Amino acid sequence: MSARRPYKRPMDGWWRRNPFFVEYMVHEGTAFFVAAYAFILLVGVMKLAEGQAAWDGWVQWLTSPFAIFLHVVLLVGFLYHTWTWFNIMPRTLPPIMIGGKRVGPAAITRTGLAAACGASLLLLAICWSLAR
Amino acid sequence: MKRSNAPIFWLLFGAGGMVSALVGAMLVFITGIAVPTGSLLPRGLLDYQSAHTLAQHWAGKGFLLIVIALFLWHAAHRIFHTLHDLGIHAGLMAKLLCYGSALVGTILAARALLSIGF
Repeated sequence: MSARRPYKRPMDGWWRRNPFFVEYMVHEGTAFFVAAYAFILLVGVMKLAEGQAAWDGWVQWLTSPFAIFLHVVLLVGFLYHTWTWFNIMPRTLPPIMIGGKRVGPAAITRTGLAAACGASLLLLAICWSLAR
Repeated sequence: MKRSNAPIFWLLFGAGGMVSALVGAMLVFITGIAVPTGSLLPRGLLDYQSAHTLAQHWAGKGFLLIVIALFLWHAAHRIFHTLHDLGIHAGLMAKLLCYGSALVGTILAARALLSIGF
């Protein structure tokens, strides 16, 4: 056994010491919201395959106050995910050149958010047309 | 040199992150708030018949599978790497738990969607 006891800098809660890292942990945490929603959808698809009675039970749960509250919370998480995803995108994309000039970070974020608005409105429009 | 399998997981993470950033919030709003409360969209959209027809159509089936699978892989990858930041080192166990649950979820979704038929 070694008598050496080298100093190890404690790292517990390192991210709580700096607001930048707190934000980092919060945006990484949106993964739990994404996983939770995927799980809800997965259960729905499995119930749908099971038959009408199972499906109706799942829809019944969806209309319960708890489920609606849960989805409001999930919605906030997803909105934050969208915002941070496109905010970070200038740092995750390789440099994009247009007309010999590098596209700036603000333009990338704006384009991403605009695409999200467009895609979301398109999805809503499709649901509207399905509802007719 | 042995090739790394990291790009596969990274690609699934990126694709899932992009899809969820583009339409995730709207999907949650539609399936979890607008339709169940019957505001903005009619409740009939989640009738057994409508849902079954949607899941039978190739486009609806593909969309559901893509959303469920990519969301799961996105979340699994992100949680796996954040565990490391919290001091839980990225061992085989953590990897199996994260990617394994995404894989199981993908298989379950594919099996259910296939059994619904075309």
